[in-house]
Amino acid sequence: MARKERMSGNEAVSYAIKQVNPDVMPAFPITPSTEIPQMVSAYIANGEMDTEFIPVESEHSSMSATIGAEAAGARSLTATSSAGLALMWEELLLAASNRMPCALTLVNRTLSGPININCDHSDGMGARDTGWIQIYAESNQEVYDNFIQAYPIAEDPRVHLPIMICQDGFITSHAVMNIELLEDQEVKDFVGEYHPEEFLLNPGKPIAVGPYSVTNYAMEAKKNQEIALENSKKVILEVAKKFEALSGRSYGLFEEYRTEDADYIMLLIGSAAGTAKQAVDDLRAQGKKVGVIKLRVFRPFPAEELADALKNCKAVAIMDRTESYNGNGGPLGSEVMAGLFRKKVMITAVNYIYGLAGRDFTVDDVYEIFAELEEAQIKGTEIEQFKYVGLR
Amino acid sequence: MSNYSLKENMNKPERLAPGHRMCAGCGATIGVRAVLRALHEGDHAVIGNATGCLEVSSFMYPYTAWEDSYIHNAFENAGATLSGVETAYKALKKRGRIPEDVTYKFITFGGDGGTYDIGFQSLSGAMERGHDMVYVCYDNGAYMNTGIQRSSATPMYADTTTTPVGKQSNGKMQNRKDLASIIADHDVPYVAQTTFTTDFKDLHQKAEKAIYTEGACFLNIMTPCPRGWRYETSDIMKICKLAVETCYWPMFEVDHGVWRLTYEPKKKLPIEDFLREQGRFKHLFKPGNEDLLAQFQAEVDRRWEDLQYKCAR
Amino acid sequence: MRTDVHTINEHTPHQDLTEGLMMFAAGTSKEFHTGEWRTNTPVYHADLCKQCLLCTPVCPDSSIPVKDSKRGDFDYDHCKGCGICAKVCPFGAIEMKEGR
Repeated sequence: MARKERMSGNEAVSYAIKQVNPDVMPAFPITPSTEIPQMVSAYIANGEMDTEFIPVESEHSSMSATIGAEAAGARSLTATSSAGLALMWEELLLAASNRMPCALTLVNRTLSGPININCDHSDGMGARDTGWIQIYAESNQEVYDNFIQAYPIAEDPRVHLPIMICQDGFITSHAVMNIELLEDQEVKDFVGEYHPEEFLLNPGKPIAVGPYSVTNYAMEAKKNQEIALENSKKVILEVAKKFEALSGRSYGLFEEYRTEDADYIMLLIGSAAGTAKQAVDDLRAQGKKVGVIKLRVFRPFPAEELADALKNCKAVAIMDRTESYNGNGGPLGSEVMAGLFRKKVMITAVNYIYGLAGRDFTVDDVYEIFAELEEAQIKGTEIEQFKYVGLR
Repeated sequence: MSNYSLKENMNKPERLAPGHRMCAGCGATIGVRAVLRALHEGDHAVIGNATGCLEVSSFMYPYTAWEDSYIHNAFENAGATLSGVETAYKALKKRGRIPEDVTYKFITFGGDGGTYDIGFQSLSGAMERGHDMVYVCYDNGAYMNTGIQRSSATPMYADTTTTPVGKQSNGKMQNRKDLASIIADHDVPYVAQTTFTTDFKDLHQKAEKAIYTEGACFLNIMTPCPRGWRYETSDIMKICKLAVETCYWPMFEVDHGVWRLTYEPKKKLPIEDFLREQGRFKHLFKPGNEDLLAQFQAEVDRRWEDLQYKCAR
Repeated sequence: MRTDVHTINEHTPHQDLTEGLMMFAAGTSKEFHTGEWRTNTPVYHADLCKQCLLCTPVCPDSSIPVKDSKRGDFDYDHCKGCGICAKVCPFGAIEMKEGR
């Protein structure tokens, strides 16, 4: 039985954590994810869950302790944002290479400098090649649902990789919206108990974790890790199917919104999809054939599936909520274009940079981008790449 | 604490297997073996390890020298990593996923680089939070794994590859950090400093206390490095003895806030006796450097008096 | 699944290596013979040995086996020949010889 509530994104993910009741959670406060360890601590203090919380002295330690706990056989997680994720960077790589199916709830916030607490995706995107599965959410409902699917994906024996459940700082994390919650027992049954085959605290069966490896083994280990990430795509979809059967809410690698006959598509990640969908509805009412693709799963990257979804449109605006400082656009832009090229989908593809450090992204911005795509298509002109949306 | 008998102790099953790649004559593995002998038979352990000589040599895939479960994570986070393991134990015990009659102990090893320097924050955090674990620093006074660079544990005037002795340099300019005192100031239940003695009684008893005292405990063990200190591999026990007899490396413990010398030399030897044995201090014995030796002696004296004062309180 | 160290070598294909290069086994280093490094070799004179065992804790390589409070001959598969044991023996029961 679904229960209707009103919650912020941070409340939603904290509630999901309470329902999953993992074994160990080390965490360190950082805006805008601080509420998550606060709420979890309050649930524990009130006897509503009995996860062991470790108030570590840094995010590097929170990920280190998460790895230690996970290796020991405990279902573990942490939460962070921005600089916290950056400080963990080395450990993110180790969580993945040690094949630890732990979770991290990331509340996306820009990386310094200048220091700024608002949303963009520079933190998550900075960690895009650390070997983690990354799932992004548009809303509080999605971040709740994604977290409940996290462990069944990560702990699948075909995967055994860490998973990052991302939501937009403040926009999603602090805005209160309607939400449908699952019953505690439903969540427990869906996620199941964690019984790893091999772990540190298994008497009579000691293991050793984290070797030095000569080159003869290291390259093979990296290939195995890459195969696991590829495998996770199938597992993400299988888990989504089961979740749909439970909740009635359907999830894929990405969501296609009014794209079936669309000539122009905006591709983006996270909360801005709501804005884009509103603009698309408005433009559709005016007879414009426009649509939105909201990418949910950034790692593993669904390059072929996206190329397939884009192949019938005339032009796509690929929206990056981060600056990559490479002179060649944002990460989403680069990866989608590479995917299009490999599948020989030669549509017009324009990479935009938007919403950095919390800059508003409005329906007017979306109208303008679609107008620009259409005009260029009709006149046969080129559009400036990597343009900053709303820059003064 | 049980009565100590070397002979009985040596009957215990070896918990550090041979075949690791530490250098011939390495002090670190002598220290590790001694600490692990303090585990009671039947008790399980999870061993943590900071990146360093010990880690790259003792678990070089697919060869692990550890008979207990072992985890290496990175250089600077042995304290935090074992915090996670120890907390997992609490969680799994609470939830009935580890049998009630099974006991695990948590011991992590780090070199002085991984402990005094890059891992200091992680260590401090783990100690302050009071995880039921022992952090063992095998202190050989430099970054030996990367080739003898100075650390904050390196003694003054030591010749290292980042404080090389030259026309304008007498080696390291600073005194070593007194980490055991700093950890004692965290108000943890047990801190001790030790090294190897003929019968290993001092090290054994401190390790046993550290392992079997509830809460976060810290051991600082001087484990000489023949490569870095430049002495004959076979001389390690002489080096240790001189370190203790000159009061360069005092043997003490801080048990629930009470400071105690566990050994007091009958006659304190001059520091030259310790320094002369090691190539890293060769320059101190050149004519004209007598004042450097005097300064070294003065610092040893100052610290020894300070320690005696703390122990007399 | 527990790991058999004998099935892993530098020619093992990637799919047959252990996940995350973890070892689901303990003490596998015994299979690696560091005794080959030796340039000097300790020789044990059992007739001179008083079984004080002072040589046993000082071995960095766990290469002096002890059983029933008595030491046996050296584990030459692993002894690296550092000579610490010979120096601590009060009875001259360990002699260092050049070579392996």
